[in-house]
Amino acid sequence: MASVITRVKQKQIVQSIDKGKRLDGRGLTDYREIKVEQGIIERAEGSARVLLGKTEVMVGTKIEIGEPFPDTPNEGVLTVNTELVPLASSTFEPGPPDENSIEIARVVDRGIRESKAIDVEKLCIEPGKKVFVVFVDVYVLNHDGNLIDASALAAMAALLNTKMPNYEIEKGEVKTKQGYTQLPIRRRPITVTSAKINGKLVVDPWLEEEQIMDARLSIGIDDDDNICAMQKGGSGYFTPEQVLEALKIAREKAEEIRKKLEW
Amino acid sequence: MSQKSEKLIDKKGLRLDGRKSDELRSIKIEVGALSNADGSAYIELGKNKILAAVYGPKELHPKHLALPDRMFLRCRYHMAPFSVQERKSPAPSRREIELSKVIRESLEPSIFLEYYPRTGIDVFVEVLQADGSTRCASITAASLAIADAGIPMRDLVAACSAGKIDDTIVLDLMDTEDKMGTADVPVALMPNLNAITLLQMDGILTSEEFEKALNLTLEGCMKIYAMQKEALKAKYVSVKEVEE
Amino acid sequence: MPTFFEMKQVVTPGDLIAEGDHIAGENTYAEDNKVYALRIGIVEYENKKVNVVALRAFYIPRVEDIVIGTVVEVGFNGWTVDINAPYQALLRASDVLSRPFKPQQDELSQVLDTGDLIVAKIIAYDRAHDPQLTVGEPGLGKITRGQIAKVTPTKIPRVIGRKGSMVSMIKQETGCQIILGVNGIILITGKTPEDEELAIMAIHKIEEESHTSGLTARITQMLSEEKTKREEIKK
Repeated sequence: MASVITRVKQKQIVQSIDKGKRLDGRGLTDYREIKVEQGIIERAEGSARVLLGKTEVMVGTKIEIGEPFPDTPNEGVLTVNTELVPLASSTFEPGPPDENSIEIARVVDRGIRESKAIDVEKLCIEPGKKVFVVFVDVYVLNHDGNLIDASALAAMAALLNTKMPNYEIEKGEVKTKQGYTQLPIRRRPITVTSAKINGKLVVDPWLEEEQIMDARLSIGIDDDDNICAMQKGGSGYFTPEQVLEALKIAREKAEEIRKKLEW
Repeated sequence: MSQKSEKLIDKKGLRLDGRKSDELRSIKIEVGALSNADGSAYIELGKNKILAAVYGPKELHPKHLALPDRMFLRCRYHMAPFSVQERKSPAPSRREIELSKVIRESLEPSIFLEYYPRTGIDVFVEVLQADGSTRCASITAASLAIADAGIPMRDLVAACSAGKIDDTIVLDLMDTEDKMGTADVPVALMPNLNAITLLQMDGILTSEEFEKALNLTLEGCMKIYAMQKEALKAKYVSVKEVEE
Repeated sequence: MPTFFEMKQVVTPGDLIAEGDHIAGENTYAEDNKVYALRIGIVEYENKKVNVVALRAFYIPRVEDIVIGTVVEVGFNGWTVDINAPYQALLRASDVLSRPFKPQQDELSQVLDTGDLIVAKIIAYDRAHDPQLTVGEPGLGKITRGQIAKVTPTKIPRVIGRKGSMVSMIKQETGCQIILGVNGIILITGKTPEDEELAIMAIHKIEEESHTSGLTARITQMLSEEKTKREEIKK
């Protein structure tokens, strides 16, 4: 995901960060403006649209009835998929999911799954036979950096907006009936990504910062301040001290965002 | 998580395979096992059996991937269908695609990519038998294969995992511990620069537990690093001894 | 100023060889006043300069190098040659034809075709361009007879020996002509294929035991033993 960035711009970004500010005026640990809208796609069981600065991600959830995994017969199934839609960036090409979209999907999935955000036992219809399957489809519509955090926020917002159809079992068949139940949500994990540029950590990197960063570290934090996911990306590295610093920043920012969104 | 009727670590602090919480499984490393590849290495970590091979630097095909100012690294992590309990389809899974990416990103910082612009290096990892922490063993072997190919490197990359089982932080997870435990933290380290080139966490940990797990893996990586150096030297020192 | 390895010790990438007042030489790099190895090899000190003689390396083209290569593609105005390096080399038609190149008339594949072996010299090479070859000097050109042996390029100096002693000895003992490409490819032309194979045997033995001592004597002995064996078989 790279189009050429000029050396002049590169220098500007680095010099600005050295002085403690970024080119768009933000401090090193400031997020861009976050806007969350829910329930925009009526056909989906749940949906949300997140704007993180100019990065735009839309998520739709669909609920279906399916079989549980053999080793978790009493639990519903969660599956996350991400599409880096070609219209979102000149660098996205049509085709099956590439390693970048797969990585985003799996990191978002981890945060939700490991934090036990969804009460999957309540999704069980008939143990070992029938459960609700929650499909979370992340659609990146505009890429201006930090797709992981934007996708994770949008996915969580969509899940909070998701309704499951009510049902009854008649002669061994599952029949839907009137009314809906809110998807049972227990936790609201938030993922915070920091990028390392010239030895310094900056939170919520935008596109050009991502193009020059050494590496990034995405950390998922749940409501109880536990870590529920972590993923280093990029071809650079972090020292152990930098990892712990990124963790400290992630915990602070997750709490801030949680308060702001009233999650 | 499934039934935890069986304890993963007992009152004496011994795990299902008899190890203590900070013990690595047995490791065997062989460098240069394959004759065709430019560089290769084979590793056994507990029951894991993993082969890594490197081709390059060489002309890149397709040519448009070539970078004007450095080498382009490609990495493929793949599991043989017979490597796991239930046969795995040979087609690349999403997990293999993600692991191919993170393994590549763990090796890139160790190579002087700028030395040979416009060329490519292909790293192939085949997991012949899997038993937990395969990505770590893969990185350890791949790094040696790169050195064996004569590609200029800053340092070797050593990797190992830590995790949480039954409330205890332990080193080097095997498959059962990974599946039934509550956290898995794979880490790769380039010791000279104290550089962490792979870091993931899957599960739930408090910050204190994470820090403990991180420190444990860093110690484990240093032990593995020493073994890597031994394995590399072993290939050449033995030839020297032949004539003395 | 501290050094952590002695001469002739084997080092691996990332090994800290020396600190302080040392300069990074071949196959090493410096960071923060420390010199590290970047390839597996043997330590060599040249006063303040730290070199590592690589045990594993591929051929890196240099201008003026004599190389032996295989034509892999006949192009529009020249040939692409595999010189056992990360980069393929180019031989322009204008270099081979001693007159201006006429695309309509000249059939390049009749001059040199895919699979032909050539001895050539590198006349140009930089970071942005593939190496360029010439065959326009005496001793260079298409190879029509002989056999090829391939060794790791770093072993070529060992095959040559001190002041050419090793290669001269092999030439003498086998009666073969030997051209050594710096890129690890060696052309052996002898009176009979058996003579050529004898020379190749010697070369491979040198490659395997390259960093041991007393090699010249052992190779000489091996060659005379083999020749005797062959004499016996003939009888």
